[in-house]
Amino acid sequence: MRVRKNDGPVKWVLITISALFLFVMLILPLIYVIVTSFKDGVQYFVNAITDEYAKKALILTVWVTAITVICNTVFGIFAAWCLTRYSFKGKKRISALIDLPVTVSPIIVGLIYVLTYGRQSAVYPILKNLDIKIIFAVPGIVLATVFVTLPFVAREIIPVLNAKGTEEEEAAALMGASGFRIFKDITFPHIKWSLLYGIVLCAARAMGEFGAVSVISGHLRGKTNTLPLYIELLYQGYDFTGAFAVSSVLVIMAVCILILRSIFEKNLIKNKD
Amino acid sequence: MMNKKAYKRIIPGFGLSFGITLLYLGFIVIIPLCSLVIFTAGISPGVFLETVTRPRVLSSYMVSFSTALAAAVVDAVMGVIIAWVLVRYQFPGKKLMNGIIELPFALPTAVAGISLTHLTTDKGWIGKMFHDAFGIDIAYTRLGITVALVFIGIPFVVRSVEPVLEKMDRGVEEAADMLGAGRTKIFFDIILPEIAPALFSGFSLSFARGLGEYGSVVFIAGNKPYETEIAPLMILSQLQEYDYTSATAIALVMLIAAFIILLINSYIQSRSAKITGGMA
Repeated sequence: MRVRKNDGPVKWVLITISALFLFVMLILPLIYVIVTSFKDGVQYFVNAITDEYAKKALILTVWVTAITVICNTVFGIFAAWCLTRYSFKGKKRISALIDLPVTVSPIIVGLIYVLTYGRQSAVYPILKNLDIKIIFAVPGIVLATVFVTLPFVAREIIPVLNAKGTEEEEAAALMGASGFRIFKDITFPHIKWSLLYGIVLCAARAMGEFGAVSVISGHLRGKTNTLPLYIELLYQGYDFTGAFAVSSVLVIMAVCILILRSIFEKNLIKNKD
Repeated sequence: MMNKKAYKRIIPGFGLSFGITLLYLGFIVIIPLCSLVIFTAGISPGVFLETVTRPRVLSSYMVSFSTALAAAVVDAVMGVIIAWVLVRYQFPGKKLMNGIIELPFALPTAVAGISLTHLTTDKGWIGKMFHDAFGIDIAYTRLGITVALVFIGIPFVVRSVEPVLEKMDRGVEEAADMLGAGRTKIFFDIILPEIAPALFSGFSLSFARGLGEYGSVVFIAGNKPYETEIAPLMILSQLQEYDYTSATAIALVMLIAAFIILLINSYIQSRSAKITGGMA
């Protein structure tokens, strides 16, 4: 049954407004990146993205993203399991701590890591003696990226586990199954798709993180420059075509992520039914 | 209700998962935040006040606050319209529209930043239109910062409001319609109160995110002192001069502002859960 008989004009006006807004705000920037990156010809584009520093930046970005995703996935599974399978004091506080990183400005994330491991911190002499560099080095970049993307995996699994309840796991435990076996055979099949979904979100944010990494990296060309930082470098050197060419690599990665995301989402909905 | 003391943990693995969770949170979140607190404790109140009330710092707070607020309001309005369209209507291209909503999450902020900047300068595709037709410049003004923040914040509102609209009981709307209520009356008296908590949640998330956003804004802002210099950039420039004291002081105010916004939100959410909890 329809609420309104004369839904016609309003429906299409609202759809047009939404489509126009999304086209101008979201799609046009994508088109612009692709078009501009080929402005000076295909050869220029190829040169820009096969530049030695561009390659190094890409490799660093892939490494940082991989390490971040692995760390936060392992953490996400344990944290979600812990928060949904047991009742204990301080649960709300832990849950709030997991959500906290998204609300902290990336620049402030960079700042707190500089304060923790930088020259004026208490641990700096110890780190220096051990010859460990964190600030203005790759470990700092990884730590900041891990902080920024910390909740993504956990946040996707927690609602699924909460909705599912604990009866099956409890029954398995009473029948003597080990913790690992319970997870593998009972829990994992339920969270499979939401886990992948969370991993994709985490990877997307990790590869694009700019503010936190820009505070902490020190911008050493070829050493601590991730792809977004490299784009900034090109842009500030007025090599706009080069900046957009390298950006188009990230645009393609982002579009792949959106496609994966909608595949996982479809499976998520199917699993619910 | 189960007696809490008598409740025994049946599923194995509590110690391990609890330990890993705490250890990880401690290392990644708690220790760095504590170092911020410790460092702040070493700053004398006089120095702190002097730093955060410098005219240039105050104006950067104003820039960040006003643009983030404006962007969150635009996102709230557009977010409701888009969520409504996605939930209530069938039309060609709906799947594509649904798929690209999360683009701002997936696209690196620096890429979004340089692309939006070039689109909105007075020579850009969109900027030229506005420049020629209305004499309005977008890039390198506060309007430009707002545009970048609208881009960043739109998914928060759409994704908060969508599930509530999906679950809404349409019977009430139908009843109101049959009793002769107009379209606007139905929206403001029935639909809006229902989605208000979710809408506020999306609004405050995009507001808080906008306050701290750096990557997409720094290119489009132009970073003129007193005009388009945002607070995160103030923090960064203090850091680059190794003035950690000023950077921390400025950051602390921003951090507290973001927490206040989220606290208000969680208060509103828990209150509305109490009100509707009885009916569910």
